[in-house]
Amino acid sequence: MFSPYAKRLLLNRTNLVISGIAMLIGLMALGWILWTLVDFGFHGLHVKLFTESTPPPGSDGGLVNAIAGSLMMSFVGTLIGTPVGIMAGTYLAEFGQRGWLAPITRFLNDILLSAPSIIVGLFIYEIYVMRVHHFSGWAGSFALSLLVIPVVVRTTEDMLRLIPDTLREAAAALGAPRWMVVTMITWRAARAGMITGILLAIARISGETAPLLFTALNNQFYSNNMNAPMANLPVVIFQMAMSPYDDWHNLAWAGALLTTSLVLILSISARILFKKEQ
Amino acid sequence: MQRFAIQDKIFVSLAQLFAFIVFALLFGILVSLIIGSLPSIHKFGFGFITGTAWDPVTEKFGGLVPIVGTLVTSFIALLIGVPISFGIALFLTELSPNWLKRPLGIAIELLAGIPSIIYGMWGLFVFAPFFGDHIEQWLIDNLGNLPVIGFLFQGAPMGIGVLTASLILAIMVIPFIASVMRDVFEIVPPMLKESAYGLGATTWEVVRYIVLPYTRIGVVGGIMLGLGRALGETMAVTFVIGNSHDISTSLLMPGNTISSALANEFTEAVGKMYTSALIELGLILFFITFVVLAISKILLLQLRKQEGNKD
Repeated sequence: MFSPYAKRLLLNRTNLVISGIAMLIGLMALGWILWTLVDFGFHGLHVKLFTESTPPPGSDGGLVNAIAGSLMMSFVGTLIGTPVGIMAGTYLAEFGQRGWLAPITRFLNDILLSAPSIIVGLFIYEIYVMRVHHFSGWAGSFALSLLVIPVVVRTTEDMLRLIPDTLREAAAALGAPRWMVVTMITWRAARAGMITGILLAIARISGETAPLLFTALNNQFYSNNMNAPMANLPVVIFQMAMSPYDDWHNLAWAGALLTTSLVLILSISARILFKKEQ
Repeated sequence: MQRFAIQDKIFVSLAQLFAFIVFALLFGILVSLIIGSLPSIHKFGFGFITGTAWDPVTEKFGGLVPIVGTLVTSFIALLIGVPISFGIALFLTELSPNWLKRPLGIAIELLAGIPSIIYGMWGLFVFAPFFGDHIEQWLIDNLGNLPVIGFLFQGAPMGIGVLTASLILAIMVIPFIASVMRDVFEIVPPMLKESAYGLGATTWEVVRYIVLPYTRIGVVGGIMLGLGRALGETMAVTFVIGNSHDISTSLLMPGNTISSALANEFTEAVGKMYTSALIELGLILFFITFVVLAISKILLLQLRKQEGNKD
């Protein structure tokens, strides 16, 4: 009935429309989830969120202990993970041309990047929590630092590779030793990209729940003691959302809105920063 | 000069040391998991993989239900997620007007940025009730009595269960697969595509006969990356899968995955054998994801190498 040409056109049209529908499905999912967060979480945003600790079910309270715990652990995790990541990434980009270490490390790092984060929690439980016999903020920070490392390694290497060799050669020709070439020339030239990597790493760990379940656990009270179990937003959100209490659900949604806003703002600003520098 | 040489040596060794730490990390994880699961491996042997018992009281453990649950949810997630990701990548590379490319790309990346616990909450409080009320009932009525596949769609429309978890996983892997596909589609030399267009090919024919064959390895690599993500995803699944250690053939019934079993039970596990059995589950998960991600990485590297040879 159709000419072969019309058939081809029809097939083309149909498939392109389907592709557009796929795009719409993706956008709808994003819109639906973000709308849910605002719809359920917005009315829970309250000053008390930042001044009071997590309440027992049925009474008023906030999330200040969880927010503080999350900030502290993310800070320490980033502090530990970033130098390791930057140095390892630098090795891969600058010094790893010969030998077996660089290619294998690059390969394994990419696997670590996508490895299940709950496994990292198990690992820290095995090597740290079991030894000291208690959950702690330190253990949570260690777990988070292991998630920071692969992100930073990867972006550091990628960014350093973008720096033209002529820059390095110019510095070397002036008599600069290699460590100076790296720290004063390539790191500086790649600064924006490297900061992007760190921001992305922070964004990633801000919402991570699984690795904190068996490391930091939770704490109902405000605590600055890194050596004791520590409240943190993701685990608090998890426990409250899984509970049968309505007021806990509301707090969980408020916390979820906070966490997601933070994560999305971090990753968008990382992208803008990177874009601007280019 | 002498001083510079020493400083250089120190700096390079330091960088090398940190690279070695990253290298050793993966082996450290592997070894610690093996040591942790030794009691369970000794007691249950290979039977652990095929056993379905999960009884903390009598300390009889078998991992078949969570292992199968992990594989099944990830498989269904790919079944749904891959075509959608392909559509998105196709839209972004071939159809979208230039001014829309960036905002749409960012939107897809935001989907990847949303923490998995948020997917879980959305799944439990919004998607599962909607799915249970409107879609599962339809599936049960219309597909439940079909021969061959009918058994997959029997039971009560509870909202939570294996299928719900798979659908949420599908949404979660879309951004990863779509962005790899988009990246590899973009490396196809314009010359090849223009030649096909010049011969009168339609956009779909260019994609089907030029772009896809050219990027086949990369596309499979992207799918494997998505699979790796889906296998290890924890929080979103934990919220909606129902956490049941009973075996069930229906996709609408509650099930379990390795990561959700770990998230739910690990901190409450009493006794050495219980903990060890859970760690062995973790070891199995680590092994499976390692293999899948390694294959993904090798395929993507291969595509890049081919690319390099052609230049």
